[in-house]
Order: sequence, then C-alpha cells, then structure tokens
Amino acid sequence: MKILVPVKRVVDYNVKVRVKADGTGVETAGVKMSMNPFDEIAVEEAVRLKEKGIATEIVAVSMGLAACQETIRTALAMGADRGVLVETDVELQPLAVAKLLQALVAKEAPGLVIMGKQAIDDDMSATGQMLAALLGWPQGTFASKVAIENGTATVTREVDGGLETVALALPAVVTTDLRLNEPRYASLPNIMKARKKPIETLKPADLGVDPAPRLAVVSVAEPPKRKAGVKVASVAELVAKLRTEAKVI
Amino acid sequence: MTSLVLLEFDASGIKQPSRSAVAAAAKLGEVHALVTGENVASAAAAAARLPGVAKVLAADAPSLAHALAEPLAALLVSLAPAYSHLLAAATAVGKNVMPRVAALLDVQPISDIAGVVDANQFVRPIYAGNALATVRSADARKVITVRAASFDPVAAEGGSASVESVAAPDAGSGSRFVGAELSRSERPELTAARVVISGGRGMQAGENFKLLEPIADRLGAAVGASRAAVDAGFVPNDYQVGQTGKIVAPELYVAVGISGAIQHLAGMKDSKVIVAINKDEEAPIFQVADYGLVADLFTALPELAAELEKG
Repeated sequence: MKILVPVKRVVDYNVKVRVKADGTGVETAGVKMSMNPFDEIAVEEAVRLKEKGIATEIVAVSMGLAACQETIRTALAMGADRGVLVETDVELQPLAVAKLLQALVAKEAPGLVIMGKQAIDDDMSATGQMLAALLGWPQGTFASKVAIENGTATVTREVDGGLETVALALPAVVTTDLRLNEPRYASLPNIMKARKKPIETLKPADLGVDPAPRLAVVSVAEPPKRKAGVKVASVAELVAKLRTEAKVI
Repeated sequence: MTSLVLLEFDASGIKQPSRSAVAAAAKLGEVHALVTGENVASAAAAAARLPGVAKVLAADAPSLAHALAEPLAALLVSLAPAYSHLLAAATAVGKNVMPRVAALLDVQPISDIAGVVDANQFVRPIYAGNALATVRSADARKVITVRAASFDPVAAEGGSASVESVAAPDAGSGSRFVGAELSRSERPELTAARVVISGGRGMQAGENFKLLEPIADRLGAAVGASRAAVDAGFVPNDYQVGQTGKIVAPELYVAVGISGAIQHLAGMKDSKVIVAINKDEEAPIFQVADYGLVADLFTALPELAAELEKG
C-alpha cells in the first residue's frame, strides 16, 4: 500500500509572530520556517506503517513556493521515499490544496492519506476533511491511534468528551492529533541519503486545478493586549482579592 | 437571508457551544436549527425553545446516531440550497463535519470565527490567536465554524419555534462507529464552565492533579491542562486547553504550574480574570495574569483549598 503524506511549510512554532505594520499579514521575511508539527506526526506514522510492512511506499507532498522543497527533504530524511512539490506563488487555501491533492491521489493511487489535523499558521483544520469529501472517502480526523488490517483503518479519535473509535474502509483520509506518536529526529546519515531521493515538481495547471483563493484577507490586526496584573504575596491575599476586587468567587 | 445552525445536545439540552453558534448566526438574519441523531424529539423540542430560532429541522435516523462526518455532511449538503450560511460550533463534531460540507459545496470554509462583520466578512484568529484576520468570502454560500468563547450563548429557554422533520439522505459512507470512551466527570464541561482550573508540567505527575480537585469542587470549576501536561501523559487530551485543544473564556481561569506557552495562551487569554500560580516568577503566564502568585504549587494548592473552605 502506498501512503501519501501532505506536509506544509509554516512559521516555526517557537517563533513569536508579528503582525505587519501595514496590516496585510504577519511578518514571514527572515523568519525560521519548519514543517507543520502535526504533519511531522503524520510522516512518523507513515514511516512506522512502512516499518511494520503495511506500507510499501511513502510519498511526501508539499505545495507553495520552491522553498517547500526543504520541508519535503525533512520528510524524506524521516523516511519518506520520494517527494512531489506543487510549485506556485499563489496563496493556497484549504479548498485549493484539497483539489490539488485530489488530482495527485488520482495520479498516485495511494491506499491512505495521512496528514496533520491543523496547520499552526492559518489554524483552519479543514484540508483533510475536504480531501476526503472530494474523493468520496471516509475520514478519521484527530487520530490518536491508527491500526490497519484487512483493508480497514481503525482510528481512535480525540473528541470533546474523550475518545471515539471508527472503522474506515480503505482508501481513507486520516488526520493526526498530537498523541498519535512522537516524531523521530532525522539522523545525519538519513539527511544525507534524503538528498538523493527524487522530488518531482508540478504546477497547479499540470493537475488541472485553479488554485485562486476564495477568502480575501481584508486586514490582519494584533489582538487586544492583556495587561499584566498584580502579584499577590499569599494565598490569603489572592482569595481576598478574588472575593472583593474581582468578585468572581 | 437565512442561516442553518447544526446543534449538539445531550440529556440536559442544547449544548452551550451550539447556543453560542446560534448567537453568531443571529447576527446574520433569520436562524433555523438542525438537530440530528436517533430519537431526537426531545432535543428538537429543546432547540425550539432557543430564543432567536425561527424553525427547527429534525433528522432522525440510525445513520446519524454517532454524528459521523460522512452521513452528517450528506444531510447538510441536501439542506444547503435553502440557506445562505451553514454554521456549527467549532467543537470536535463541527470541526469534523463542516469542512467536509464545504468541499462538497465547492466552498472554502471559514473556521473558528470570533466575529461577524457582515454577511460576507468575518474575523478569525490565526497563528494561535497572535493575529486576528478579517476575511471576506467570495463564495455564494458560507460554511462556518464558530469559536464559542467569542459569542455569548443564547438562553436555553424563551423561544417557540416550529419543528419540521427532514429525511436523511441514504449515504453509504465507508465509515462505521465502533465505540467511545468518554471521560466521566461530575464537573462542568471545559467549554461551558464559569471557572476553569488547569494544571501544567509543574504538576509533575498525573496523580498530583488530585490537588486541583477540592478547589474545583469548591468553585464548581472544570479541570483543564496545558499541552505540556497532556504530552507528559499526566491527563487525557480532552483536558487540553490551547491552540490545538479547547478554547475557553470563563469568568475565572486559574493556571497552576503552567509556564504560559503561546499555544496555551491561545486557548485561555480571553478569560475574564486570570490567576497564575507558578514558582518561576519569570514565567510568561504572569504577563497575562490579573493576579499572580509566585509560590510552590504543592504548598499553595492545599492552602488555597483551605482558604476557600473558610469562605
């Protein structure tokens, strides 16, 4: 079984993002970029499925600027076999990404697509569900456990009140939550090896998809700042203040 | 212009995040509500009592019993032509189903809105709430999830809408419900609680979360956790407050042994009053706390429990 793993290049999770002075977006020039953390979990899960002999090939896909090659190389160093870059300088939104992935699925015929539940830049949490819809495939979102057997993916999902388990007839789309696994660090020899793995580059037009965004960003603003309050010296003072000043208890 | 809001409910009625989604929809015009599941008559009656709801659609079918995304999306798509906006709270159910609906309608969903500007423009947090984007949709129909903490919920009682049955489309889905393992708690749900007390990595072990319990009992609080505490295996993921967990905005949020990583702040910084207890006086949590106590939580928590008892 082939597994397709979409990986997104995002501002590194440790970076404190700054809103641009002109209110058009956030500052990304000169900012450290990394693979979306939930996508790392997806790559790790795919690699584990290959190590168990369930997956035969892992294809890592990224979309956007040429620099997304670095993100694909990271996935290759973790154990993916080859990469596909869909190169465009158009701002890609989840609907466009889902359509591009749909076209790639038609081309690659994977048995499973594993991807992050959410990208930490736009926080949309939508692309996996949308891809499943376009393909007419079942979906297992927010996965904390995935077991594959006899053409079925049994997925344990993180839901509001606890856990839920669903059985999906493959092919299916699974999106990863944080407890699914702990992604490995790529070793130096594997980083060297990854340099030799192939990456195919395509354009959205090659896949017959119009990637134009449907949501226009009108403005981007800083959220209202919270002011730091006061330090209290003791538990007794804290409780007194909550009772008489804040009046919340 | 009429909106359809997908509601979630339990034995006690329509859940609070769904009532917040109704409040958001009310800013757009007339509101219809959808209840789905098996034996939904009492839920439909509860939905009909929500102020601001003009009509309730009730879809009663075994295939809808577990809110699986595939049949639920097919139902919403079948109802979509009559509506300008389709909304749900940004809960596990809403986040699972609404993007699927959007893709089937060839619409870019608008996730987790925190504000309604007009029928086409919405405010939503990005980058863990470190920026607020105002976006304008070019799609004819909008598919939206609502950040419940940003909209005061409508009351549970006061309305009197009509109820109409709708048929669930026959959708073979390739997806089957196997089971659920839900945390049992007498405490309020995190997203609906008036008070939340959360523990972080500083709690050191899962069993130490017991120290939060007498305080939570006394305050009627829900118990939450930071991602670090979940990652460390102290508590299950459904405790998680933050960018990738639950978003809460209670009247009082008490952060215990939580340093205040950006991704945690994203989930609680709209709380009305924030209290931080941490032994590291440099911890970033103190920059957003109204009341900060620099103390070892293992002495402060029993003291706090005792002090509250005195009240």
